[in-house]
Amino acid sequence: MRFICLGYADPSVFSSMSKEEMESAMDECFAYDDELRRGGHFAGGEALQEAKSAVTLRYSAKGVDVTDGPYAETKEYLGGILILEARDLNHAIALMSKHPGVRFGPFEIRPADESIHALVEQRNQAIRA
Amino acid sequence: MCPIDEVTAAVERIYRDDSRRVFATLVRLLGDFDAAEEAMHEAFAAAMAQWPDDGIPANPFAWLVSTGRFRAIDSIRRMSRFEHSPEILGAAVAPAWNIEEIDEKEFRDDQLRLIFTCCHPALPPATRVAMTLREICGLTTEEVASALLSTPPAIAQRIVRGKAKIREERIPYRVPSRRELPERLVSVLSVLYLVFNEGYSATGGSAVIRHELTATAIHLTRTLAGFLPDPEVMGLLALMLLHDSRRDARTDADGDLILIDDQDRSLWDRSRIAEGTALTRRALAAPAVGRYTLQAAIAALHATAPSTAETDWTQIARFYDLLMQAAPSPVTELNRAVAVAMRDSPEAGLLQIDAILERGELHDYHLAYAARADLCRRLGRLDDARGSYERALGLAAQEPERRFLERRLRELRTTQPTG
Repeated sequence: MRFICLGYADPSVFSSMSKEEMESAMDECFAYDDELRRGGHFAGGEALQEAKSAVTLRYSAKGVDVTDGPYAETKEYLGGILILEARDLNHAIALMSKHPGVRFGPFEIRPADESIHALVEQRNQAIRA
Repeated sequence: MCPIDEVTAAVERIYRDDSRRVFATLVRLLGDFDAAEEAMHEAFAAAMAQWPDDGIPANPFAWLVSTGRFRAIDSIRRMSRFEHSPEILGAAVAPAWNIEEIDEKEFRDDQLRLIFTCCHPALPPATRVAMTLREICGLTTEEVASALLSTPPAIAQRIVRGKAKIREERIPYRVPSRRELPERLVSVLSVLYLVFNEGYSATGGSAVIRHELTATAIHLTRTLAGFLPDPEVMGLLALMLLHDSRRDARTDADGDLILIDDQDRSLWDRSRIAEGTALTRRALAAPAVGRYTLQAAIAALHATAPSTAETDWTQIARFYDLLMQAAPSPVTELNRAVAVAMRDSPEAGLLQIDAILERGELHDYHLAYAARADLCRRLGRLDDARGSYERALGLAAQEPERRFLERRLRELRTTQPTG
């Protein structure tokens, strides 16, 4: 099964870290990502720039409104996503519990919606044909 | 070299038949459920990668265990250079474990260790059932959730907490001592029977998963009986086989329930009945006879009777008397009352059922009212019957049972003299 792991973090945690601490944390996360790759669990991922670089679009009767910043003001922001291949939800939990990133903020694990995936795949093939 | 199709087929077969044994042994070697699960997956992935070139090993089980263990140690070593990495698992880095030292008894015991650990009395009963299904039987979290009519996040949490409890309370991974065994076995057998009943009673969910649950429970009980020839394990296996023998006869094409009186007995699975009856006999010969064996004896009398009328109700009532001594419960008492009704008369049974209902323990148990209604119907007390069927319908939650009760109510209306 495919799971999307959303990694949240409080930006102030990172700003209070030294360059060395930051590098060592990154190394550790990368090393664990490699462990996931070795086991065939790492199906992709994206790191996001900080939340203040975001813009948010909202549809209204007057048209699309654009505002600065993330859509919700919270203490912890989405910092990255990891696409995980695991046997089931407990396997995904076990794999992500060992990820060093969980020490910097909560992970949300959501199963991919396979039925919508199938529809998207159909359209991909239709366009290619 | 080995053709890839051959390797794929072999790996699939070994995964299906042996992956839980590999897992059980890795839990012992690595001292941790999650590490063992990951190590097992890595071992099977390694088999797919290496066997096409190296050939299928003579002892795939030992190969998988040893490969899984080494992969886990490699991973722990790689991560150990970070100060925050999880503490090195003591068992995993113990002196080199050698594939030559295979001890078949130890491997067999690993399966028992896994069963007794997942059914440990320190875990809440619902956790034992979920862990048994996932860790021992190999169902996914999502399949367990579907089988237990729950959600994957709820089941996943239950399992995570169960494993945490095993870790924190340092529940040892071992087969209980002879002294502890009887008590610990009670817990294991009750979990196995719960799993079977989840599949056997029509509690909703898909028919395929329900069938898988009963098959899984039977398989596991059979494995346990092979390891521990305890009479109650045999009794439970017999009980499951005898119930399961009626599977094809107990619902119609629409999934509606058919009571045993109305079942087509030619649809009963004779081989299951033969095996169940033989096991019951062996279990009954033991010095102490337990609750599962007594229930199996009752089920065997039903299973070998040509019809309801020709059923040995005297013997059945006698076994219910013994069952009331071994494991008294109001439901058993109710069943005994039904047997008495069949042995003596509906009035005699009705008197007992009314006495049980008056005590109040079964006042929200739909089958008590359904049984009462049936006896009233046979006595021609139709208004009384209708009242009890309605009461049963008000309490019954499951669709097939509700449809059955509604049908009975409709039939009553047509038998009611008009005017």
